[in-house]
Amino acid sequence: MPDYLPHTEDELVQMLTFLGLSSLDELFAAVPEALRLGRGLELADGSPEPDVLARMESLGEANRARSDRLVCFAGGGAYDHEVPPVVRALAGRSEFVTSYTPYQPEVAQGCLQAVFEFQTMVARLAGLPVSNASLYDGANALVEAVNLGVAASGRQTVWVSAGIQPHWRAVLRTFAAGTGHEVLDIPLENGRTGWPMVTSQAADETPGVLVLGYPNYLGCLEDIGAARRICDETGALLVVAADPVAAGLLRSPGECGADVVVGEGQPLGTALSFGGPYLGLFAVAQKHVRRLPGRLVGETVDLEGTRAYVTTLRAREQDIRREKATSNVCTNQTLMAVYAAVQLGWLGTTGLREVALRCARGTRFCREGLWALDGVEPLTGATPTLREFAIRTPIPGRLAIERLADEGYLGGLALADLIGDDGDGSLGGDDAVHGLLIAVTERRTKAEVEGFVRTMDKVVR
Amino acid sequence: MTADGGGVDGGGVDGGVRTAGGAAGGRATSAPIMGSEAEPTLFELSQPGRSSWQLRTTGMPEWDVDELVPADHRRDEPVPLAEVSERDLVGHFTRLSHRQFSVDLGAYPLGSCTMKYNPKLCDTVAGLPGLAGVHPGAPPSLSQGWLQIFVELEEALCEVTGMAAATLQPAAGAAGELTGLLLMRAYHQSRGESRHRVIIPDSAHGTNPASVTLGGYETVTVPSDERGCVDLAALRSVLDTDVAGIMLTNPNTLGLFEEDIEAIAAAIHEVGGLLYYDGANLNAILGVVRPGDMGFDIVHMNLHKTFATPHGGGGPGAGPVAVSRRLVEFLPGPRPVRLPAGATLEYGTMTPARSIGRVHSWHGNALVLARALAYLEVHGGDGLRRVAERAVLNANWIRRRLRDSYDVPFDRPCMHEVVLSAASLRKRYGTKALDVGKRLLEFGFHSPTVYFPLIVDEALMIEPTETESLQTLEALAAALESIAAEAAAGVPLSEAPRTTPVRRVDEARAARSLVPTFDARPL
Repeated sequence: MPDYLPHTEDELVQMLTFLGLSSLDELFAAVPEALRLGRGLELADGSPEPDVLARMESLGEANRARSDRLVCFAGGGAYDHEVPPVVRALAGRSEFVTSYTPYQPEVAQGCLQAVFEFQTMVARLAGLPVSNASLYDGANALVEAVNLGVAASGRQTVWVSAGIQPHWRAVLRTFAAGTGHEVLDIPLENGRTGWPMVTSQAADETPGVLVLGYPNYLGCLEDIGAARRICDETGALLVVAADPVAAGLLRSPGECGADVVVGEGQPLGTALSFGGPYLGLFAVAQKHVRRLPGRLVGETVDLEGTRAYVTTLRAREQDIRREKATSNVCTNQTLMAVYAAVQLGWLGTTGLREVALRCARGTRFCREGLWALDGVEPLTGATPTLREFAIRTPIPGRLAIERLADEGYLGGLALADLIGDDGDGSLGGDDAVHGLLIAVTERRTKAEVEGFVRTMDKVVR
Repeated sequence: MTADGGGVDGGGVDGGVRTAGGAAGGRATSAPIMGSEAEPTLFELSQPGRSSWQLRTTGMPEWDVDELVPADHRRDEPVPLAEVSERDLVGHFTRLSHRQFSVDLGAYPLGSCTMKYNPKLCDTVAGLPGLAGVHPGAPPSLSQGWLQIFVELEEALCEVTGMAAATLQPAAGAAGELTGLLLMRAYHQSRGESRHRVIIPDSAHGTNPASVTLGGYETVTVPSDERGCVDLAALRSVLDTDVAGIMLTNPNTLGLFEEDIEAIAAAIHEVGGLLYYDGANLNAILGVVRPGDMGFDIVHMNLHKTFATPHGGGGPGAGPVAVSRRLVEFLPGPRPVRLPAGATLEYGTMTPARSIGRVHSWHGNALVLARALAYLEVHGGDGLRRVAERAVLNANWIRRRLRDSYDVPFDRPCMHEVVLSAASLRKRYGTKALDVGKRLLEFGFHSPTVYFPLIVDEALMIEPTETESLQTLEALAAALESIAAEAAAGVPLSEAPRTTPVRRVDEARAARSLVPTFDARPL
């Protein structure tokens, strides 16, 4: 009976006696007899730790796509970046791992200050003055940003660029069923959003929120200014979903006119993790701070005047506002935010730029190599891309992924797995089926990319 | 080595250790020695020109930035971040960690949060390259191990809750709540019904009503009766066919089992509504009674509570949602599934016919899910039952022991947690629940949850969890008794704590003069 329970048999008797009980079953006297399970749970018997670990290791072996076995060219919102030993050692400290929401700031300054530093870094990346303490992930941040935008503009029509990661758009549609927002996908033209004319919209269809990717999920650099002009005309809020690594080279979305910047924080120190836990980045212009979802850490002093940190603007939160709250998110991803803070501390001013630069170099090298292959074509024309790009191959993308895996590569994502076999209004079914989305991070060497290009040439014939 | 240079490595330095002074043998696990020096921010430690990053040698062509990024997109200066050495970085975050209380350091009896011990095994599992190193966009053929983990976890959670199927996508409890409400919505719509109201007891967590609003429903609050349970008559008075369902936590937030649950379920089902189970308190009933057998249709679980995945300073969690048979076709997709014999692969994914859609970018908080499966495998069915028994035993021991020092508003056997009250202490001596919690920090324990549930005056909500020993319980109870005695003796507690890394913080100032970043600090 392996477990983590400290009670000895003698102590159990002693404690039951103290309560005037003679058996553990009597503790559950309040549970109606008819409802009780009356049998053991039909689960396997408990196993000692070494057995469980061995089994989990063997399940890990069954994952062929692990990044220590297949060279990773997959992106789409999750990237194979360097996470150095120092980041894992610090963020993995059990004080950060096994604490909870800092309800008692006197004994939670460690997490609070780390999150304050995280907020500062995210605000600087976004080019906006305020960042929250993080949300669940990029998609969740997007949903919350749209809710904020609708509340601030008073209009429920949301124009979402089809350059937003397709799964995020799907999540947005799911939650719109509850909020009643009207979410319209705006198609891409050659990899860039082709916004409709505002004047052609009926008044009640004027957008309250515009959402744009930067770079978008196909890797293309979008024109934030064009979206900003529509927002200025209509009073809509501009939400930009930005990649935090690309931020190392790109003008910040805040500087380009975003009201809200969201992003997937995974590239900042979080392992690929098969999709989670990640963290949502969320920054806003000053005037929207009272609508900020999730937790926020602020600096203050203690009663001796010593600098201290505390969660603040709590009046926004649902334990106080209950049904009037505009968000139901009552936690954040503190641990992932600590990873991000340590990672950005490790990279520093020069390192973040260097990572972005290396991603851009590797992407260009890979893109040029693949474009030179017979039958391989770019899917987004000549539009500049930064750290990933989409191609069309002569064979279905899913088949290419299987063949590339046999040769030692996770060769990107099949576009059909993101937008379905029928495409999504921007890319037709034929492009979706034959499309591959390929990302190159700073971890990819020239030799790896050359091998990948050669292998692609072989498998797509 | 100790901070004051105590001399001998591992040599019995006992500074600050508090012994239980109760039962013979064993001792309280709470003995924090915490950093009292304020730590500068990383930005203040920065020295331009210093760095710590090291990246792989790639041999890539070294194109210049202006050959890669069009001028109109290029930033002029790098994003300003801190510039520190690796040694500075390590010192900084290590010192910060010393200013942070945690379960590993001491008992954390924070009611409603289930701060049990988090097995280290699960950390190792979450770090396995075969799990942590897998890209989420990998197709099923390349991620069979992960899909098997998901399928096995789903099956185990369904057995524990008595439900038919589950989605593992929701990233946290609140995300699970909203997912559950959208399932409720899809179910009613599929029957051509548009219902508008969801019932919530007045003792519920604040996330419940917030989730109801975002699910497109209106909240109807029903009061608790004098026994602390849902007032059945009041519930019946608000029931009609406009009610989409009810959200219940059972045991409820007072730590009490809703004894009328069968009658409640029958009444809700009679008007065509659904029962939603908030799994916040599932730890109390593992292997004893199951939500599905109580009549619930939708159940969310907090894996970071019940299944011991670490809380991470306030996340990540995971909030899977299990449903009864009639709701399976609405579950979010894609769902990991075991494929029929004869298929090329053993595991795949499918999207249910009338799915509400995705609620997560990928598959959910996968590494949290893997930790939970490892925890379940160590315990097995019997082990889970023992978890519930010890959790309930510990809470009742605390209730019985402290009933002479504190008010117990509902003094009958509780489940996994007990709600005490400092109302008498406040009335007689001016000592508030907040003061009690703050003073307790100086004894090396985290504070209980204070002022929740809202329906109890000066509430002190204690959830010891099953992983604390009798010695720890005795030390915790002794500390709380001595605090009550101090209050009675006129010791002023409004300035406690004094020995923590910082004293009470000025929350009003934080909100009034908002400083959310280092850059917003007044010069």
